[in-house]
Amino acid sequence: MLMPVPDAGVIARREELAAALRAVVPTVLSDEDSRRPYETDGLTAYRQMPLLVALPETTAQVAAALKICGAFGAKVVPRGAGTSLSGGALPLGDGVLLGLAKFNRILDIDFANRCVVAQPGVANLSITKAVESRGFYYAPDPSSQVVCSIGGNVAENAGGVHCLKYGMTTNNVLGVEAVLMSGEVVRLGGKHLDAGDYDLLGVLTGSEGLLAVVTEVTVRILRKPETARALLIGFAAVEAAGECVARIIAAGIIPAGMELMDRPAIHAAEAFTHAGYPLDAAAILIVELDGPAVEAEELSRRAADIARAVGATSVRASANDAERVKFWAGRKAAFPAVGRISPDYYCMDGTIPRRKLPEVLAHIATLSQHYGLGVANVFHAGDGNLHPLILYDANKAGELERAEAFGADILKQCVAVGGVLTGEHGVGVEKRDLMGEMFDQADLDQQQMLKCAFDPAGALNPGKVFPTLHRCAELGRVHVHGGEARFPDVPRL
Amino acid sequence: MRPTTADAVEDAVATAAAHGRTLEVRAGGSKVGLGNPIQAHDVLDLSALSGIVDYDPAELVLTARAATPMSEIDAALRARGQHLAFEPPDYRRLLGGGGAPTLGGVLASNLSGPRRIAAGAARDHFLGLHAVSGRGQVFKSGGRVVKNVTGYDLSKLLAGSFGTLAVLTEVTVKVMPAPEDCCTVLVLGLSAESAVELLCAMTALPLDITGLAHLPNGLAARSGVRLVAGAECPITALRLEGIAVSVGARLLRLREAIVERGARHDDTAILGPEDTEMLWGEIRDGLLLPPGVVWKVSVPPAEGARVAAAIAARQHCDVLYDWAGGLLWVALHGQSASPDSVRGVLARSGGHATLVRAPMSERERCPAFQPLSGPLRALSQRVKHAFDPVGVLNPGRMVS
Ligand SMILES: Cc1cc2nc3c(=O)[nH]c(=O)nc-3n(C[C@H](O)[C@H](O)[C@H](O)COP(=O)(O)OP(=O)(O)OC[C@H]3O[C@@H](n4cnc5c(N)ncnc54)[C@H](O)[C@@H]3O)c2cc1C
Repeated sequence: MLMPVPDAGVIARREELAAALRAVVPTVLSDEDSRRPYETDGLTAYRQMPLLVALPETTAQVAAALKICGAFGAKVVPRGAGTSLSGGALPLGDGVLLGLAKFNRILDIDFANRCVVAQPGVANLSITKAVESRGFYYAPDPSSQVVCSIGGNVAENAGGVHCLKYGMTTNNVLGVEAVLMSGEVVRLGGKHLDAGDYDLLGVLTGSEGLLAVVTEVTVRILRKPETARALLIGFAAVEAAGECVARIIAAGIIPAGMELMDRPAIHAAEAFTHAGYPLDAAAILIVELDGPAVEAEELSRRAADIARAVGATSVRASANDAERVKFWAGRKAAFPAVGRISPDYYCMDGTIPRRKLPEVLAHIATLSQHYGLGVANVFHAGDGNLHPLILYDANKAGELERAEAFGADILKQCVAVGGVLTGEHGVGVEKRDLMGEMFDQADLDQQQMLKCAFDPAGALNPGKVFPTLHRCAELGRVHVHGGEARFPDVPRL
Repeated sequence: MRPTTADAVEDAVATAAAHGRTLEVRAGGSKVGLGNPIQAHDVLDLSALSGIVDYDPAELVLTARAATPMSEIDAALRARGQHLAFEPPDYRRLLGGGGAPTLGGVLASNLSGPRRIAAGAARDHFLGLHAVSGRGQVFKSGGRVVKNVTGYDLSKLLAGSFGTLAVLTEVTVKVMPAPEDCCTVLVLGLSAESAVELLCAMTALPLDITGLAHLPNGLAARSGVRLVAGAECPITALRLEGIAVSVGARLLRLREAIVERGARHDDTAILGPEDTEMLWGEIRDGLLLPPGVVWKVSVPPAEGARVAAAIAARQHCDVLYDWAGGLLWVALHGQSASPDSVRGVLARSGGHATLVRAPMSERERCPAFQPLSGPLRALSQRVKHAFDPVGVLNPGRMVS
């Protein structure tokens, strides 16, 4: 993975930069041992020691630190809890890692306006914990929710198993305070709805730490549904499971969650959690219906009828909440369960039109043979978000590279059938060089021009998302262009 | 100029930019009265970019060319039992204009109806786009699937940008199953303050209420729903939608909860599906407002009644409350836009005020959107510049 060429000048001034940062930020880590924990994120295949680690505690400190980094020409990599699966928080050797873990307070719980104001380092689940006594919760629930930070969720536009019905992070964030690389502080949105001007909040969400550092987040909280019921449905063929999903949705039912697992995933999860999954099934679906009791009841009956009509081999409805949680236990532990059957696994994250599922799974099976690596599939079936887990052993020469090539082929196939490279984990460094599969140069240039509006020096998290970095001046020079006849001397980007 | 392809749009914009000419971007023309009035050299008429490109109900996505009339979108969705959950409004009667609303126009102005609080805004359903920037460059963003985080989410940015950043040529939206059944509970005679309190309290119950509005006396009287118009008192309305058994069960519980909070049973009433559709349509499209200047004010819901009272203390007005108090439709008596009376009270509560309807002389003087200041203003200008550096598209529509 090619990262921006480290700036030897900045590296040479490391001590000077550390001293300048220490004057404004209480904690600046420079010795090797204390920097070590920051060298990687959730994508552990990539490692890089940061030049320095700064841990600010206030917005003013963030602003001051960014100004200093700007003055030194030093790059900055923001970091929340470091669970990114796409290498979004991978440090740079000539960059300051700006850790937001000390921003760990919930600032305001406002039940009347149904929102919570939190600092970015607060863990996703802590927001729900803070409001659940009154029957509320924060809807987006990434599997990493115990640790991942709300700031990191905003940066990645994180999802979860409930986002078909309740939306991703972007649909649940009302406002942020953010600091630009210039040190300027902006507030976007608030406790009210919908920007009156350009929706900069919408574009900051999911910007992977490239546009601004988020220092405060306002999220909406929802009333917990009264009941939830889950169906555990077994199928003799993946096609039938896919058909079942399509028919449930065509019947006007939007489940709170609808998850598909293939045979290898079922076996790994069952061995690990004893959730009671049918081991003879080629695929299982977990379908959760929530709402008022009568509604959950009626919809789960309708969904079960559909499942039987498409030839399900087994249909079980949770009789109580304990059983529902048990149905989910295997799915929720699918990643660690796969971790037990293979020394390493590599989690992919493409989205496809659901009707393409059988075709894509067949292609993945072919690739699995071709690369000689196993694969287990878990799938947010409701919204078409596929998570193939590629099994490999990093200690065997060449396996990591084979796993990466396998993963890239899967993502290319996702795009080829009309889908996208990433449904929730972000582009980061991991999928950066695949961006050309989905976007042409004009698309990427327009995105980078937006980046220039926020960060003209390109100092915030460079090397992520975009395969090639243009200098803003270079992009800006091509003011307007059309047909070659009108602008013969203007290069087409 | 009436281009028939995205390439022709690219050509038109590039030519305009090269010759220093500005363009008014227009699709159905139903919302020319929204935003700041503009003066452009030429009109870029998109109406030929029409038609549904792809619609697969089971995938929950629809792709259409940008100027596809909403009537066509609605008909296609209705035939498959689906809808756009953000409840796109039709402001033709409110703005007194003609034209036909288009899907691209609805998205470009990020207009959402009463269900916005439960289902999200237009921007939340906008999945992907093809567009032409003010640089005269075709580009695309997003995708045709419901879940996607690849690259910056430019759909959000272009939603509500009123054609000042780029010309949409093709859009993809998320569609949802339409509810099987619906009804409305009315509470009669509440003051605005008690009504907003009640509405906020009801959102704390697990009843999935999809419309929470309050109409003062004079506005309720303008409704076409007999029960509402004839009540001769303020009306608070709460809408339930979903499968029939669920609507029925929640209706009982909602009414109980309202009575528990002190309303007399006699002061509540129920509207069936037809009246429900009519009433929420009137609220959505601003049809209950009297003639005159109209503002839309977005505030934290629990502040709604206080903000409205503060505005009323400065300027005679009628206020219709939607979004559980979070959206105030302020109808001023008289022809003056009086921005100070409206925007002046928002400093404490937060929020923003948009001038929706006013005489041309007032629209020319009073910025339609809440003016920005400081670094945010500069940032917004740089964003505009990133898409439309020479200012070809809809000059002045958003920022003067
Ligand atoms: C076991 C496991 C399961 C997971 N399951 C899911 C899942 O179900 N759904 C899902 O969507 N994701 C999932 N993830 C991925 C990950 O947890 C999310 O992307 C999460 O949002 C990252 O949050 P973080 O605080 O760890 O951010 P980090 O990893 O620290 O950073 C992620 C990105 O955000 C930027 N960033 C962080 N904080 C800020 C800030 N305050 N301001 C600006 N930029 C910032 C960083 O620069 C980086 O680019 C999973 C990860 C793991 C390890």
